[in-house]
Amino acid sequence: MTSVGLPHFLIVGAVLFALGMVTVVTRRNAVGILMGVELILNAANVNFIAFNHFVEGPARLTGQVFSIFVIVLAAAEAAVGLAIVLAIYQTFRTIDVEETDLLRE
Amino acid sequence: MNSENVAHALHLSWLWLIPFLPLLGAALNTAFGPWLQRRYGKRANHAIAVGVMVASCIVAEIAFWSMFARPAHERFFEDHLWTMWRSGSLKVDLSFALDPLGMVMTLIVTHVATLIHVYSIGYMADEPAYWRFFLWLNLFVFSMLLLVMGSNFVVMFFGWEGVGLCSYGLIGFWYSDVEKAKAALKAFVVNRFGDFGFVIGLFILFWSLSGVWNTQSRYVPEQGLATAQLGAQVEHPRVSPAGVPLGPTVEFRELRNQFADESSGVANRFGGMTLWGLPVLAIIGICLFIGATGKSAQIPLYVWLPDAMAGPTPVSALIHAATMVTAGVYMVARLNFLFALSPAAMTVVAAIGALTAIFAASIGFFQYDIKKVLAYSTVSQLGFMFIGVGVGAFWAGIFHLMTHAFFKACLFLGSGSVILACHHEQDMRKMGGLAKYTPITRWTYLAACWAIAGFPWAAGFYSKDEILWKAWTANGLAAPWVGQAIYIIGAVAALGTSFYMFRSYYMTFTGEYRGGHAGHEDKERLEDPHAMAAHAHAADAVHAHTHDEAAVDVHQTPHQHDMTHGAHHEHGGVPHESPRAMTWALVALAAAAVVSGVILGLPQLWSGHEPLLERFLAPSLPAAESVPFRETSHSTELLFQLIGFGIAAVGWVGARALYLDAKSTVPERLKEAFPRAWAVVYNKYYVDELYDAMVVRFARFCSRALYWFDQNVIDGMVNLMATIGRTVAYVDAAFDQKVVDGAVNLLADTFLYGGAKLRRLQTGHIQAYLFGALAGAIAFVIIQYVIR
Repeated sequence: MTSVGLPHFLIVGAVLFALGMVTVVTRRNAVGILMGVELILNAANVNFIAFNHFVEGPARLTGQVFSIFVIVLAAAEAAVGLAIVLAIYQTFRTIDVEETDLLRE
Repeated sequence: MNSENVAHALHLSWLWLIPFLPLLGAALNTAFGPWLQRRYGKRANHAIAVGVMVASCIVAEIAFWSMFARPAHERFFEDHLWTMWRSGSLKVDLSFALDPLGMVMTLIVTHVATLIHVYSIGYMADEPAYWRFFLWLNLFVFSMLLLVMGSNFVVMFFGWEGVGLCSYGLIGFWYSDVEKAKAALKAFVVNRFGDFGFVIGLFILFWSLSGVWNTQSRYVPEQGLATAQLGAQVEHPRVSPAGVPLGPTVEFRELRNQFADESSGVANRFGGMTLWGLPVLAIIGICLFIGATGKSAQIPLYVWLPDAMAGPTPVSALIHAATMVTAGVYMVARLNFLFALSPAAMTVVAAIGALTAIFAASIGFFQYDIKKVLAYSTVSQLGFMFIGVGVGAFWAGIFHLMTHAFFKACLFLGSGSVILACHHEQDMRKMGGLAKYTPITRWTYLAACWAIAGFPWAAGFYSKDEILWKAWTANGLAAPWVGQAIYIIGAVAALGTSFYMFRSYYMTFTGEYRGGHAGHEDKERLEDPHAMAAHAHAADAVHAHTHDEAAVDVHQTPHQHDMTHGAHHEHGGVPHESPRAMTWALVALAAAAVVSGVILGLPQLWSGHEPLLERFLAPSLPAAESVPFRETSHSTELLFQLIGFGIAAVGWVGARALYLDAKSTVPERLKEAFPRAWAVVYNKYYVDELYDAMVVRFARFCSRALYWFDQNVIDGMVNLMATIGRTVAYVDAAFDQKVVDGAVNLLADTFLYGGAKLRRLQTGHIQAYLFGALAGAIAFVIIQYVIR
């Protein structure tokens, strides 16, 4: 019987990361981009948990604590990101990132 | 002559005060005049001007008495201030000298000028620019004293030009009247012609003192000048056996000594020297005399003097009668040792003097303007002075200069008083009967008329007769008959003098007053804008007030103009006597005119010794002894004095018959009988018109030609150069723009273009950057794999 091992987790993480990346790069909606960022962070979380379980052993909690931090960070990041989106909206009357090209200046 | 003829100077360190006190007055009135006039009134201005003049007089008198106390050969004072410049053998000092001749002139100038300053206080009381008048007057006296006291030609020339300048300033004193400004310009320009001759004569004299012309008429410089040209050390001038330094000099005393000292041989050398085949002494003499004709108003340069009467009357008296115009006579007398050596130059001087005397006298016959009569009389009397110095009677010329200064200043001031009395009317036809209105002016005028006409015991009798007598006996002229001819011309001129002077007296002071108040107002206004302000006092208060303001607007502030009311408040219909400041000066001058002749010039015939003035002047006139005169008996001399008196009497009787009380109709009938002759004389023989046609038109033509040349040739050349420059600049600009700027622009454009292209990368799209980062990361990973 084939048991679920480390490579499966890593594949799931990689797929999640790739999806998130594609979302961030291609979405024109700023909120969509924030969602993509969430996917990327969660891909990292999957990797942390997987390596903690298969490399360090279940007795150690280093990776799991790390992922808790990432989740907290993601929450904070979402709050800040949404605030930025709101500011962008108030400035440009849109949240289309194609339109917000002030960095060009 | 012997070594006693050598004049040694005594140094007095205070002589400079005499000329510099008037300069101080002029400086004070220049710097503070307007302010003083506003702040303290006109009193302050004339206090300065008259104060310095009185001080200068006192110093001059001290100098006179200290000179008088010394023996004749020690009467040479000098005051060397500093050396102005030194160039080769030329050394020019700023120094003053007084010898008997300069002393006499200085006394005349300071005393007559002081009286005229005092007179001006009254005469100019209405003048808004009061300070300016006194500043010019002081400056004039300073210049005149430089002229007579300068110990060398250069200082004298400063004075010579200075009096010309002051004369210009004073003739054109009322410069807002264009006629007066023109008269000032005319005087200035005519004097320039004379000055040219003077300077040329001076140069030739200086040059010939140092070198000689050899038989090929080539100039051979000697000594100092030659070495100076080579840049070598200047040698000390040679010294004659009698101890006189030789060589070129501009100092009068050194020059006098060189000529007076026979052992120096200068006089002999000059006698034989020629320039372009002509005797050099004659050239020098005539050139210097041309200068004198300009300053002293002789033919052909006399034309400025009658026009100069446009100036205020005290100016006419001071400058154009008493002092400045005598500068030429003074100069000839000063250089007597030069002139005496050249019979040709002497003859020219005397002949021109005689011609001027009779020519000007004849014009004086028919003038109606009282000042014009006096002006031509001045020209005529200056002619007499030149007869005097021309025939070798130098002291007599100076004597006449002095007596003339007294009586002509008196006459001019008298005419000023008359003009003021008649409300700025100068036409004698509108005067008459003034004797009862202006008694003091009348008697002083009559006294001066006596003096100028040559009645016995008045000054003119002695000076004029001495001149004519010396002319008759003169033996040193070009030909023996010249003296007699000059005597006859001079006698006729003297007759004319007596006639026209008494004519002016009778027309002015006898008969009924003809100057009706009505009608002359407009004329006055036209002629003399200044009179307008004075006249306004007489009109009703409102009228006067407006006039006052008009006059004040032109010049100064109101309150000082009000002050002048004191002097002339009685301007009205009737003539009036002048203020005391004026009559006082008149009396003083009249007294001098009457007594100075008897005291200073009583002939040997009467007193048994030579005249005081001749004796006093002798040290300054070393040449007087060497000029030959014919010996004659006493009875002949007496006869000539009687003739002189007879001539004066005939002129007087004639004038009295024709003009007393304006009753005789003979003058009018004569005028109608010979209208053409009358017109020619009345219009001064059309000399002004002749000069206008010959000189002024020619000068204008020349200036127009030069203007054309300037416009077309000079400007053409300048414009050509400008065009060339512009073309070159144009080419250069094209090169600059196309090539240099092109290169710079190419570089700039390159960067601009590249920047614009690269700018596209900076889209501002955050996702594009992310793409870039991702691509970079992927590329990095791939490269990692490939390289490993």
